[in-house]
Amino acid sequence: MDITRRDLFAAGGKLLILASVGATLEQITGAAPPSEAYQAAEHWWGMIIDIDKCIGCGNCVRACSNENKVPKGYFRTWVERYEVNEGTHPEEVQPHVESPEGGINGFPPSTREDLKSFFVPKLCNHCAESPCVQVCPVGATFISPDGVVLVDQNYCLGCRYCIQACPYGCRYLHPETNTADKCTLCYHRITKGLTTACCENCPTGARLLVDFKNPKDPVHELLRANKLQVLKPYMATRAKVFYKDLDGSVR
Amino acid sequence: MRQFLRDSGHLIRPAVILLAGLGIFLAVRTAFIPKAFGEYGHYDPAALERIRARSVSYAGQDQCVLCHDEQAKARAAGKHAHVACEACHGPQASHALADDPSAHKPPLPDVANLCRRCHEKDAAKPKGFPQVVTAEHSGGALCNTCHQPHNPHL
Ligand code: HEC
Ligand code: HEC
Ligand code: HEC
Ligand code: HEC
Repeated sequence: MDITRRDLFAAGGKLLILASVGATLEQITGAAPPSEAYQAAEHWWGMIIDIDKCIGCGNCVRACSNENKVPKGYFRTWVERYEVNEGTHPEEVQPHVESPEGGINGFPPSTREDLKSFFVPKLCNHCAESPCVQVCPVGATFISPDGVVLVDQNYCLGCRYCIQACPYGCRYLHPETNTADKCTLCYHRITKGLTTACCENCPTGARLLVDFKNPKDPVHELLRANKLQVLKPYMATRAKVFYKDLDGSVR
Repeated sequence: MRQFLRDSGHLIRPAVILLAGLGIFLAVRTAFIPKAFGEYGHYDPAALERIRARSVSYAGQDQCVLCHDEQAKARAAGKHAHVACEACHGPQASHALADDPSAHKPPLPDVANLCRRCHEKDAAKPKGFPQVVTAEHSGGALCNTCHQPHNPHL
């Protein structure tokens, strides 16, 4: 049997139509995004820290260190103890701040009842206008769709610009990977429905993970009923870690 | 015509080289920049998945109470009701999420240091928090000789 050019075109045309139908079907059925339980766009994470509840036990620092395998001597969260001498002259209000090893083992007991003293836990403020993200030259650090400031270890060059840029001193260069490292707000936990390691292990509820996009979250009531403050508001970073009953001397 | 082609050769050759260069640049660019880059912003969205894939060390108290009914009830009845199990027992995901938890039996807390970290008297602690000068209070005895750790009321 002879195949003419006409036969060849006809067969080819039929195959082409079949293939394109198949491809279209595949597009329609296969391209549907896998339905995922966690929808980043439905969350906007932050934290509330209640100064009047913190007992300086260091549980949060230890928990963070264990959970995130933070290298020894580096901290993603830490606790400071402030001692404020409430003098008459504004110059005399110089707080004495200490944080032995980030408070990981608590604090040596203080007996100075004559001073106003309190603990201030600190961590990345997950700023919505974060200076650290703005200075990154390669797009290695970014704000996730749910409002968490993260670092992509695969992209980071280790140039340290972001470490310089953070007004809160929340970043460090990881000594082994030589990339910038910081609090992830336990992104691997909060996206699974768990709370952060520091909040889980805080015995007094001084730390509270909050979701500003959840209408049932206690954060809305707290914001209404209390004066909550952020650290260094004059930096206009739109920090999302709010402090309750913060003393004016805290920086 | 032939004259024109010969004369413009010096323009065509660099143009060809420029185009080839552009082609190679685009090819290399697509090879190195992840497909989804820039989907949410100037970064690789796959990083989100990589960070989410990290492992959990603290299982969370909701897990512990599933199996340890006795301790959970004792704790709920006392002042330690809001103190998470792992705040005293340390990270226990390897125990709680294991197929056979008794194969990864956690060590019991070091009571001599445990209670002190939270309850040692400190002027910086909130005034309402129960605190003691441990050395005077216990006279060197372990705290759990008198207090039950799960329900510290005597
Ligand atoms: C799936 C069930 C299960 C879960 C969840 C679980 N455990 Fe256990 N746990 C056990 C079993 C079984 C044992 C072994 C009991 C034995 O051998 O006496 C045990 C033993 C222990 C022990 C040691 C008891 C001893 O006498 O030495 C501690 C402490 C403990 N669990 C704490 C925890 C904590 C904290 C959590 C939450 C993070 C947790 N467990 C979650 C089942 C569980
Ligand atoms: C305030 C700290 C603290 C908290 C909170 C706590 N434990 Fe314990 N737990 C201890 C100490 C201390 C011991 C060791 C007691 C001893 O050595 O006699 C212990 C012992 C245990 C044991 C061994 C059996 C026993 O009763 O002695 C289990 C199981 C246990 N805890 C589970 C839990 C679970 C589950 C939770 C959470 C519901 C929890 N613990 C919360 C401090 C704590
Ligand atoms: C992680 C921090 C933490 C640890 C560790 C801890 N506690 Fe507590 N304890 C608390 C908190 C929080 C309360 C509740 C305080 C309140 O009601 O304001 C409390 C309450 C108490 C009370 C009750 C005081 C009262 O007013 O009735 C006693 C007693 C006590 N703890 C003893 C202990 C002993 C003993 C241990 C060691 C086995 C221990 N605690 C370990 C955090 C801790
Ligand atoms: C000899 C038994 C004994 C030992 C050991 C002991 N306690 Fe107590 N504890 C008591 C008694 C009795 C009370 C209640 C009376 C009181 O308020 O002084 C008490 C009360 C407390 C309170 C509540 C104080 C308040 O202001 O409400 C705390 C906190 C406490 N103990 C912590 C500890 C810690 C931490 C240890 C271990 C260092 C410890 N205890 C060891 C007997 C003991």
